[in-house]
Amino acid sequence: MTVSGKATPWFLSAPALTLFAALLVTPLAMTFLLSFNSFSFYGGIENTFGLENYAEVLSDTYFYEIFGRTFLIAFITTAICAVLGLPEAYILFRMKPAWRSFMLLIVLGPLLISVVVRTLGWAILLGNKGVINEFLRDIGLITSPIRMMYTSTGIVVALVHVMIPFMILAVWAALQRQDPATERAAESLGAGPFTIFMRIVLPQAMPGVLSGSLIVFSLSASAFATPAVLGGRRVKVVSTTVYDEFLNTLNWPLGAAIAILLLVSVLTIMIAWNKLVERRYSGVFE
Amino acid sequence: MAFLELQALNKRYNAVVAVEDFNLSIERGEFVSLLGPSGCGKTTTLQMIAGFTQPTSGKIMLNGRDLGAVPARKRGLGIVFQTYALFPHMTVEQNVGFGLEMRNVPADERRRRVSDALDLVHLSHLGDRFPRNMSGGQRQRVALARALVIEPELLLLDEPLSNLDAKLREEMQLELRRIQQEAGVTTLLVTHDQSEAMALSDRVAVMQSGRLIQEDSPFDVYEKPATSFISTFLGKTNSLPAVLRRKGKKIDIIIDDVRLPGPDTDLPDGPVELSLRPERIELTDEVQATLSGDVVERVFLGDHWLFRVDTPIGKLLVMQRNLGRREAGIGERLHLSWKPEAMRLLPRGEAS
Repeated sequence: MTVSGKATPWFLSAPALTLFAALLVTPLAMTFLLSFNSFSFYGGIENTFGLENYAEVLSDTYFYEIFGRTFLIAFITTAICAVLGLPEAYILFRMKPAWRSFMLLIVLGPLLISVVVRTLGWAILLGNKGVINEFLRDIGLITSPIRMMYTSTGIVVALVHVMIPFMILAVWAALQRQDPATERAAESLGAGPFTIFMRIVLPQAMPGVLSGSLIVFSLSASAFATPAVLGGRRVKVVSTTVYDEFLNTLNWPLGAAIAILLLVSVLTIMIAWNKLVERRYSGVFE
Repeated sequence: MAFLELQALNKRYNAVVAVEDFNLSIERGEFVSLLGPSGCGKTTTLQMIAGFTQPTSGKIMLNGRDLGAVPARKRGLGIVFQTYALFPHMTVEQNVGFGLEMRNVPADERRRRVSDALDLVHLSHLGDRFPRNMSGGQRQRVALARALVIEPELLLLDEPLSNLDAKLREEMQLELRRIQQEAGVTTLLVTHDQSEAMALSDRVAVMQSGRLIQEDSPFDVYEKPATSFISTFLGKTNSLPAVLRRKGKKIDIIIDDVRLPGPDTDLPDGPVELSLRPERIELTDEVQATLSGDVVERVFLGDHWLFRVDTPIGKLLVMQRNLGRREAGIGERLHLSWKPEAMRLLPRGEAS
């Protein structure tokens, strides 16, 4: 071969890089450029360069509300996933192998079904005339239905269902890396099961919780299908707003600016969170 | 009654017998090794003493109390694990202090005892390090300090040196012995490494297939192995099938057509197993030689030479101290001699 040693890695990763550049970098760059263009109702998109779209978003409390709601939903979803997923992963981890593979199938099962189908399932359950409300009315607990559709709560419930497998898988991976003898060591030193979990297992599982929460948070903050179906027009999040700007108002530059702001803010939050946890649990990260 | 007594201990996993009718007594302050190849049940025995595994039957008595119904966390034993099992998210001080914390020892007393324990293992300057920033030998010491700081009645060591490289292992053997004697703690070591067991312990208990087959001082286990399995497992040996024949008071050992004067023995006439340690064979001249043969292999190991010599009774392993001269090479003739007492006779047909 005439290719020098230095270039070989580049040649080998060329196919992947090409794919990456064509399918991710290009549309992202074009969206970024689009966000600086201007839009008028009669003239359409004009190829100008200015920051007025950003100014519009940043000066309007309407958008602040939407961003705030999106991050609140993503944050609560992440927190619930962590609180439920961590013990769930630990219980799975301690199960006998035969049971474990069966339970893992149940946990990961939702990933095999389309998000839209799953969300429509939740719509059937959560609607005003849905299964839950009908049941509660039949047994006489309520007289008027509890509103769950078109609320943030409904979105969070459905998102947790969609996202929790990611958390469990991430924590699972971290649990498998830890030395099982550490639990025995703690036991021999006098620690009870709860103390062992809180003081020994949990801190060692933190890298998993971190990577899990990064995945869950970014996916929840940019989720589209679930908020679109369960939130409808009434509970808007950032991704559905972008969708509306692109397809209803046809104000692509404004939509692009909102999308870029979403990307930047999610990245900022993730990096900050990563730094925070890494510093707190520095002993576990290698 | 001894300090630690294992009485008729049995452990079965369904049809598999891991430990069978195991009896052992350890006196206070004694250092005893459980020695055996992997899968001999030594680790299972340790797990049962530690409380991580329930015996199928039998009793474990420590200082007069029955440990049977005591959960692992209430047994108060110090355990050093093969992987050290240090808590990676805690500093050395936090690791060592964990057991005291669990015992609700007040903070200032805790600090004092942690620093005493770290002094004992010579690590007082590394108290705020995390385990991942330490060498294998240092982690080993931390694990030891963590086990000793709770002042356990019994210290259990599970293959503690097997993850160290050879040079460090020898250093730690001496170190471990010193620490154990300074702390004065009764210690049970589980190991498959015969040199480790012999170097460290007051007594060695050899296990094979779930059973205790010999229990003696390191010297006696080495010099008077009860079975041919032990003679080959502890150190190197030349193991040869032979026939024992008495003529009046004279004892003869017959191997093939060779007749050798044998040692005193209680064994009856008939087939026996002859065990002859390579270091008990001396090099001599043709006149005084018991047997002679050609060198077929030669290895130089620094402080000694190892030869394989093709003699009329078979190929013998011979060890010769390095006396600063070049020894015979391959194909050259060596004259060997040994005292009859150097030969040890064992009943033939022992399970190996």
